[in-house]
Amino acid sequence: MSSNDKNECLVEVKDLKQYFPIKTGFGKTVPLKAVDGVSFSIKPGETLGLVGESGCGKTTVGRSLLQLYKPTGGEVYFKGEKVTDQNIKALRKEMQMVFQDPYSSLNPRMTVEDIIGEPLDVHKLYSTKAERREKILELMELVGLNAEHATRYAHEFSGGQRQRIGIARALAVNPSFIVCDEPVSALDVSIQAQVINMFEDLQEKLGVAYLFIAHDLLVVRHISDRIAVMYLGKIVEIADADELNENPMHPYTESLLSAIPMPDPNLAKTRKRIILEGDVPSPMNLPSGCAFRTRCRYATEQCAKECPSLTDRGNGHFVSCFNK
Amino acid sequence: MSNENGMPKKNVLSAQIDLKKFDFATEEEKKQQDVMSESTTFFKDSMRRLRKNPLAMGSIVVLAVILLVIIFAPKIVPYGYSEIITVDGVRDKTAKNLAPFTYSKMEQQYMDKGGKVFPHIFGTDEQCRDYFIRVVYGTRVSLSVGLFASIIVLIIGVIYGSISGYAGGKVDLIMMRIVDIIYSLPDLLMVILLSVVLGETLGTAIKGTVFAKLGSNMLSLFIVFGLLYWVGMARLVRGQILTIKQNDYVLASKAIGTPAHRIIRTHILPNCLSVIIISVALQIPSAIFTESYLSFLGLGVQAPMPSLGSLANAARDGLTSYPYKLIFPAVTIVLIVLAFNLLGDGLRDALDPKLKK
Repeated sequence: MSSNDKNECLVEVKDLKQYFPIKTGFGKTVPLKAVDGVSFSIKPGETLGLVGESGCGKTTVGRSLLQLYKPTGGEVYFKGEKVTDQNIKALRKEMQMVFQDPYSSLNPRMTVEDIIGEPLDVHKLYSTKAERREKILELMELVGLNAEHATRYAHEFSGGQRQRIGIARALAVNPSFIVCDEPVSALDVSIQAQVINMFEDLQEKLGVAYLFIAHDLLVVRHISDRIAVMYLGKIVEIADADELNENPMHPYTESLLSAIPMPDPNLAKTRKRIILEGDVPSPMNLPSGCAFRTRCRYATEQCAKECPSLTDRGNGHFVSCFNK
Repeated sequence: MSNENGMPKKNVLSAQIDLKKFDFATEEEKKQQDVMSESTTFFKDSMRRLRKNPLAMGSIVVLAVILLVIIFAPKIVPYGYSEIITVDGVRDKTAKNLAPFTYSKMEQQYMDKGGKVFPHIFGTDEQCRDYFIRVVYGTRVSLSVGLFASIIVLIIGVIYGSISGYAGGKVDLIMMRIVDIIYSLPDLLMVILLSVVLGETLGTAIKGTVFAKLGSNMLSLFIVFGLLYWVGMARLVRGQILTIKQNDYVLASKAIGTPAHRIIRTHILPNCLSVIIISVALQIPSAIFTESYLSFLGLGVQAPMPSLGSLANAARDGLTSYPYKLIFPAVTIVLIVLAFNLLGDGLRDALDPKLKK
């Protein structure tokens, strides 16, 4: 990546590491490597999809990026500026988050007005009560809620509506970057489509960039400009959405894509499904070399000795594999 | 091909609906469809459930009656709690240990002459004082001890517990070990020691103030509550906060940049409020109990100020001759403690969302 590119990046993550100490006995701790050296960058108004199976560290990447956990190592740059403890308070206005579970992410004792108004209160984004209310109603309209909903409590809404409230809360500070942590996986399929379309509309209107975390490949393919695939705390492949779908290089991506259900039964019959063998290794006890080698069809001796790094295969397609 | 309803003839196998089986909706029913259920807050909902609990409502009534009596009785009854009965300005030595609603010889004579004497509702004690007003003042003292002690416990316990629970990690570890140490101190011994030590120093310091009436024993009791009894509340609040802070809405608030004290105030404490309310409601009777047995042991309020415990203690002497002198304060203690306990139970049921139907 040239230095010219760097200035264009809205968010840049370099070698982000997040280890959690796990107690294994009296006075003994073993680090759980939830995120182990992840690097990527997001341009303004772009959507980066982040996929991977449960427990591979997707959510942790999002939370460490926003400094909700203190990262063990690595750096995060926002608009070329390094994110530190000192400037994070100001950057909270620029970087926001939408949560996975719309049922636990809204305080049951607060009205919708207060939930959406909280970021306005904290950052003092209004001068009069009337202005606060006006802003809240504006945000509610933006996400498709009625003004009459303002005085209701979160438990009086459906899952989709609750997620809209969560999105309105994230948008209240007018951020330029939002981490969407599996925002649709707790919703019905029909509601998923509505919410995803809303994310796209909002991006068009407001020009926000997303880090869209999901485990549903179809959803990610629909919304993302680029997709990163994670396995056990590392990014194994990152490419443009179309490029990744048509030409997956990493064996893990291959098997993930082959697992997408196909609507056409004839096509589904002829397709070959790649089924991975074995279980995901424990992140506390990772295999030597490439983390994926225990389940990989192409694994060689080299894979056990060295850890492959992301290499450019042209066209912005990065893969970390020796054999593909 | 249509029948009398204007409907096409029904095919035997079709699932077509027979309109004759349906009625038009009445206006009332139509309205039911329009109006959504009223927006209720958590507390409105809980209070509605509390009102359905007869035991809890009964307790509230009992407490309200006791409260009204202790507020208004001293204004109506013409005796003071330390006043020795006089008839027409002359000390009445015959008014000793009277049974309820009886009069002494002097009073009888005075009434025969046409004078008016207010009845002794609970009789009189061995020092010719009206017993009813003494029980009323005793209840006042006991209830205010219960309330103040609970408020002290509430404030210290909630602040300490929420800091410990929210901070977590090493801070939590150290703060909770301090709680463990305090928990292991024998409270009765502490009260006795403190009242001995503080009696000297406090005695001069509080001279002439309102506290002087209560006596240094009572103040040391408050201090002991402030020092020892908050630990239970602190543990409870910490436990609640440990679970509540795992919720996504707390994380969302952190992502917004909300400072910690605001997160505790707006997100965490309102969500463990039900547990705190119940615990306070149950703390009041336990404080009243503590005060009663300390007064019974002679460590309570300063004479002549009565408390329910000291009245019961004084009644022991003539127990065989005048059993009612023990019964009145004892029944009052039982009523207050039982009412608060039942109310606390009712509140727990009402505020527990898992019991919501």
